[in-house]
Amino acid sequence: MKCTLHSENDYDLLELGGEIDLHYSPDLREAILASLKEGKPLLIDMADVSYIDSSGIASLVEGFQTAKSAKLAYGLLKISDPALQVLKLTRLDRVFSIFDEAEKFQAQL
Amino acid sequence: MTTSAIEIRDLVVDYGTRRILDDISFDIHQGEIIVIMGGSGAGKSTLLRCVLGLKKPTSGHIHMLGTDICHAAREELYELRKKMGVAFQQGALFTSMSVAENIQLPLREHTDLDKNTIQIMTRIKLDMVNMLPYENLMPSELSGGMSKRAALARAIIMDPKILFFDEPSAGLDPITSAELDELIIMLKETLKMTIIVVTHELESAFAIADRIAILGEGKLIQIGTPEEIKNSQDDRVMDLLNRTPRENNMDKDEHLSRLTQDNR
Repeated sequence: MKCTLHSENDYDLLELGGEIDLHYSPDLREAILASLKEGKPLLIDMADVSYIDSSGIASLVEGFQTAKSAKLAYGLLKISDPALQVLKLTRLDRVFSIFDEAEKFQAQL
Repeated sequence: MTTSAIEIRDLVVDYGTRRILDDISFDIHQGEIIVIMGGSGAGKSTLLRCVLGLKKPTSGHIHMLGTDICHAAREELYELRKKMGVAFQQGALFTSMSVAENIQLPLREHTDLDKNTIQIMTRIKLDMVNMLPYENLMPSELSGGMSKRAALARAIIMDPKILFFDEPSAGLDPITSAELDELIIMLKETLKMTIIVVTHELESAFAIADRIAILGEGKLIQIGTPEEIKNSQDDRVMDLLNRTPRENNMDKDEHLSRLTQDNR
């Protein structure tokens, strides 16, 4: 799993890639919660995610809930097709804010 | 090239003098839904028990995800079982635990995931099987269909590579049954699971299967796509599909022998 955090001007960008499963989802959870703790909006780039299981999805959900409680913007960017299918299966594609360009997320801040 | 999730070779199982499985060989491909069908006593349950590593065959081999499960050490089987999910026919839920606790059990036993992650995963899986409103009920408070759906949620909680499902539609109303069929297909397509379903339900089998394996009297009669099975010229396959009562095919001598031979 690739999980790299970049600090942009007014938000954090978390780039994910590869397979996110039971072994790696704790790292993802930690990265998301640590970023939100800094009090910055978070955009998660999922363009290179080849597989995500429900533990990975659970980390995204917990992050979303944490961001909402802290009134921070939280979005998913360029979701790969395999990841989008899992989000649709769990009906979470209707819950998350999904963006095809980082600028659109930035415009909402 | 198709990769095999499970390879079954020359499998023979005897109970006493009775041969239950007779020289069964076939592959189950990664990411396919294979439906195992056959009349009562055809050997379906025994085959399932062998593939799950619960019954050692008299002879033959079964390789699952590269591990020889007939000769694997206990630790190897333990690791392999983390990649398998099993939904039993009657649900097999622990009666002293709530629905949610039952579903969480594999995660609590086999992972160090945070409790929030476990709770969200549990609710995701309960929602997938339309059981989210019932997470706090006890198994004794569930209908047969609800128990079956809860059992499926528990079977998929670890996102297994291989899912076994014994009689998913039996005893369910047609709508719930169709919903379950749809979910099984979605699990294959989205989570890339290899799914082995044992069923008697013809409609369900043809709706979900990539391939169907037909067992009869311990032998593999035919394996093929639903279309190939539908067009089969084998009398035993046609009897199964046309629901021909078994009495019509009875061999008198064989029946007499069955009633009188010493099985001990």
